[in-house]
Amino acid sequence: MLDQIRDLYQEVVFDHNRNPRNFRVMEDATRTIQGFNPLCGDRITLYVKVVDGVIDDVSFQGSGCAISTASASLMTEIVRGQTEDQAHALFDLFHRITTGQEEDANLDAIGKLAVLAGVRAYPARVKCATLPWHSLEAALKGEEASISTE
Amino acid sequence: MSAQPAAAPSRTTPSGFDVKAIRADFPILSQTIHGKPLVYLDNAATTQKPRAVIETIRKVYEQDYSNVHRGVHTLSQRSTDLFEGAREKLRGFINARQAKEVIFVRGATEAINLVAQSYGRANIGSGDEILITAMEHHANIVPWQMLCQQTGAVLKVAPMSCSGDLLMAEFEALLSERTKLVSVAHMSNALGTVNPVARIVELAHARGVPVLLDGAQSIPHMPVDVQALDCDFYAFSGHKLYGPSGIGVLYGKAELLEAMPPYQGGGDMIRMVTFERTEYNTLPYKFEAGTPNIADAIALGTAIDYLNGIGMEAIAHYEHELLDYATRRAQEIPQLTIIGNAAEKGAILSFTLERIHPHDIGTILDQLGIAVRAGHHCAMPVMDFFGVPATARASFSFYNTVEEVDILMDGIKQLIEVFG
Repeated sequence: MLDQIRDLYQEVVFDHNRNPRNFRVMEDATRTIQGFNPLCGDRITLYVKVVDGVIDDVSFQGSGCAISTASASLMTEIVRGQTEDQAHALFDLFHRITTGQEEDANLDAIGKLAVLAGVRAYPARVKCATLPWHSLEAALKGEEASISTE
Repeated sequence: MSAQPAAAPSRTTPSGFDVKAIRADFPILSQTIHGKPLVYLDNAATTQKPRAVIETIRKVYEQDYSNVHRGVHTLSQRSTDLFEGAREKLRGFINARQAKEVIFVRGATEAINLVAQSYGRANIGSGDEILITAMEHHANIVPWQMLCQQTGAVLKVAPMSCSGDLLMAEFEALLSERTKLVSVAHMSNALGTVNPVARIVELAHARGVPVLLDGAQSIPHMPVDVQALDCDFYAFSGHKLYGPSGIGVLYGKAELLEAMPPYQGGGDMIRMVTFERTEYNTLPYKFEAGTPNIADAIALGTAIDYLNGIGMEAIAHYEHELLDYATRRAQEIPQLTIIGNAAEKGAILSFTLERIHPHDIGTILDQLGIAVRAGHHCAMPVMDFFGVPATARASFSFYNTVEEVDILMDGIKQLIEVFG
């Protein structure tokens, strides 16, 4: 049963939802930002430590659905060690894939994030997958105010 | 048009309510979603429309449509008669004394804004208080916050208990000589709580304070008599009442409405205009500036006919049976927590599941053809109170069945399995 939904809720998503990686407060963060999806009430606090233009550490706290939690968890794993420019480019590609603007051929380029590509078929859920990324973008740009997907 | 329930029910439900015949009146219900029969349980957000309502809209535009109140030609006269006929049907439905106490607006939201901006700005000043409750949806919070910003008035919020019951002693204690208006949901959209509005009106009136009841959720589920309630204003939307969206009603006592300044200026709300001054029209036109939503108002009248054909008492009784059954079934699921367990409840089952976010619940149930709402239901302070970001909400109509409740519960069990 629920075969179609398996495309959205893959085992990797369940795994990261049950055991989110880097789910912690970071005391020495260089940036802390609140992300909020007013549509569903999801909240994320994202902690980023940037040293010489490289994301040295990234962690998060908050409450959200399986898609947003898994997306945040995967994001923290992937962008650690990346330069700000690399993280920005990755978000850009991820965003285009999840909103259906990019060919499937590029799925390889987003690595593990490909498990979230299934949100393409669920427009109402795209914001869940991209909320952590919007928060990261805002943190990297040095925006102080909380950000919202609306 | 099959507004009358059949004499012999073709399928026995707990109350003998002929739900099969009723479902046949709603074309949208007989479709499949993702290959499964649609189970529509998002009625608190909006209700589906009986064929009679849809047919009325078509017929008005095909045969009777023109602008109201000004044309001398036949079509204008027909439209006017139908439009004012609908007003009279609504008057009867809520038992207002006079049709002029029924103001057509876009919906409950506009009705509340009208009272805030017209009555409020004329009668509420700096330091005055407006009393609402902790279970209001945004439409009964934000217009008052706006009024407070404009006038320096203060918004007071009466608390509720963990079960979702309004704390009446605290409510009464918050009524003071500074209270100038009470505005309370008759029924909560997020919790299902039916507030003791007769008592609320009594307490407020004892202190000379007028009361607005937000009837957006209550009026589809129970008989409403504004004279018996003795409320000063009653606001509701057509789209939750099996009528079209974009049409709703503000009921107000004539003497209050007469004394209130117009809400919006424009055509139809005037009697005479010069560039120096304007003489306003009488009720209800004073509050209906511009061309109204003619066809949808007429179709809302048809929805009233349809509901009267079934009977609001019968609807309330049947929906209570559905809610009781759904509540019992929900309580059998250990991972499920019902949010809102008020003593008096309408047909709303708001719930959370252990470790499964409501958004995920909504998406997976949709795959099973089940439409529920997942989110904060435009009542974010209510979510804050219960310490949840959101809930999943199944809200029932008289066209829902016991079998659909079973499908919902089976779906919930399946998704608990999927999430492990």
